Amino acid sequence: MILIPQLAVRNILGAGLRTWLNVIVLSLAFVAIILSVGFNRGLLQQASTAMIDAELGGGQYWQGEYDPYDPFTLQDAHAEIPEALANLISSGKATAILAAPGTLYPDGRILPVTLRGIDPHQTILEIPSRFLDATAETPQALIGARMAKSGNLGIGDYVTVRWRDRHGTYDARDIVITQIMNTTVPTVDTRQVWLPLRTLQEMTNMPDQATLVVLDKNQTQAPEVAGWSFMNLDFLLKDLHDLVKTRLIARSVLYVILLFLAMIAIFDTQILAIFRRRKEIGTLIAMGMTRSKVIQLFTLEGMLHGVLAAGLGAIYGTPLLAYFAKNGFEIPQSGAGFGLAIGRTLYPYYSTTMVVGTTALVMLVVTVVSFIPTRRIAKLNPTDALRGKIT
Amino acid sequence: MQDSVQIEARHLCKTFPMGQQQVVALEQVNLSFREGEFAGLVGPSGSGKTTFLNIAGLLDVPTGGNITVMGQPSDGASHKAAAALRNRHIGFIFQTFNLLPVYTVFENVEFPLLLQGMPKSQRKDAVWQALEWVGILDKAKARPSQLSGGQSQRVAIARAMVKRPAIVLADEPTANLDAKNSHNVLQTMVKLNEELKTSFIFSTHDEKVIQYLKRKISLEDGRVVEDSEAEARKHEAELQ
Ligand SMILES: Nc1ncnc2c1ncn2[C@@H]1O[C@H](COP(=O)(O)OP(=O)(O)OP(=O)(O)O)[C@@H](O)[C@H]1O
Ligand SMILES: [Mg+2]
Repeated sequence: MILIPQLAVRNILGAGLRTWLNVIVLSLAFVAIILSVGFNRGLLQQASTAMIDAELGGGQYWQGEYDPYDPFTLQDAHAEIPEALANLISSGKATAILAAPGTLYPDGRILPVTLRGIDPHQTILEIPSRFLDATAETPQALIGARMAKSGNLGIGDYVTVRWRDRHGTYDARDIVITQIMNTTVPTVDTRQVWLPLRTLQEMTNMPDQATLVVLDKNQTQAPEVAGWSFMNLDFLLKDLHDLVKTRLIARSVLYVILLFLAMIAIFDTQILAIFRRRKEIGTLIAMGMTRSKVIQLFTLEGMLHGVLAAGLGAIYGTPLLAYFAKNGFEIPQSGAGFGLAIGRTLYPYYSTTMVVGTTALVMLVVTVVSFIPTRRIAKLNPTDALRGKIT
Repeated sequence: MQDSVQIEARHLCKTFPMGQQQVVALEQVNLSFREGEFAGLVGPSGSGKTTFLNIAGLLDVPTGGNITVMGQPSDGASHKAAAALRNRHIGFIFQTFNLLPVYTVFENVEFPLLLQGMPKSQRKDAVWQALEWVGILDKAKARPSQLSGGQSQRVAIARAMVKRPAIVLADEPTANLDAKNSHNVLQTMVKLNEELKTSFIFSTHDEKVIQYLKRKISLEDGRVVEDSEAEARKHEAELQ
């Protein structure tokens, strides 16, 4: 029966200001949710891409002792590169990294760092290792902008580095900074000093050894290698996912409140409508409408708030979302990318599934909130309703 | 004669719980209404007029006795069956008009037909016809808020009549109208009663209404104390 939708539309539009207030609040909740989820998606995507490009590649082989969560293991986390991995490296599908704890002495200060040896000719990671010359007299070092700032170092500066070789003997030497790179990924920058792999192997007396072997990001095969464990991207990006999820939950408090307000407004509107229009309900029943039809009518009226809100949200939300998706969102300097590898500009990411999903979820909640107050119609006595009495 | 009986009430009782006590609204009411009645329930406030009309319209159920409306005994009628019966056979007219504010006059009158699922072209003809009956064709596009009381009540009559029901139940239809409009509305109803054989049953304490009635039923404290038709029939029987 087309009657009910038509009547519902008339009634809700006839209710004027109140309807629009509800619709505006609900549409704000709509847009805020989609915007927020989009930002988090963008955050996650942007950060994962940057981390994959600069650090993780298509996954990493870890030498058995290596545990990035326990810095004390680093001293012993090295081993000769097994043949299977050496083959991957020589065919350009992987690159080796040797990591060792060290100390930097810039301007007489003490700065604990991780020394990282990388092949200057590698193309697996977006680290400008080509600026490193393994044959130079003084070992050449590449550092990130954050590291440069904390060590007060510039290109051409010499700095003393101290480390222990494989036997635990301390040794010290001057290195020269040949390049400072700008990266959004803090883990390849903060307290990291990149040296040519060969040079670090010589300094530590660990020829042909490595701590990690990073696969090319297009490399899908990861053969089992004894003594080394392969860590796939799911594992390596888990922290990031967790972090973004936590952030999303923290943020969602805001729009849950907004949504909650909208729901209360609709709930209240429904209760009031049923009370104010009790005579009309009685009349509808007297004219031969069944109570369940009347319930349908009022529920639909409530649901129409959701439909109108989705429409209104689409009107002002679409250009807004499109603007952010295209131009990105400037992250305030103080926020410094929420500690994530995302650079200055965040590009939110929206998918149809996400928008449809959010809409469906909000509509479901609106439906429930619209329906609950109408249950009193089921218990309503039409003669009481006609007399303007309600029980 | 028997098959033209539309409403048949036997020993009808209705009490309302009122705190600890029971308010008796109807007590042992025996009434029957035939096709083409123009009858009024008359009596002081609280005598049970509205209560009777509500029960006759299957909007309420008796607490004692029984009533059959258009062949449907009220005790066997589900909410849905009662709604269907009202939709087909019974038109209501209220003291306060009760038009749907968001609809135009035309749409208000069309509403019962929409409920019946009547096709559009048929609906249109029927609505214009009903508006013509009550002489309010020129207000078809107006909203209820733009109508006077008399006009509103005529729209309400059109809405009750548009589906050509067997019975129209009108609870104090003139209580909110001035004398001129009351006569106007009553004359409209008399005309419809005569032309379409629709039964009208009123509740009223308005003298203006009473003078139009073909049958006057007086209620007092929920009892029928006088029924002009029953007397006429008794008189007839005595003569024979
Ligand atoms: N829903 C109800 N709950 C309790 N008492 C009721 C209810 N409806 C009617 N009554 C009582 O039943 C009695 C009859 O009421 P009813 O409305 O039928 O009177 P009426 O003849 O229509 O009066 P009026 O001329 O004032 O409209 C009254 O005493 C009234 O108080
Ligand atoms: Mg009454």
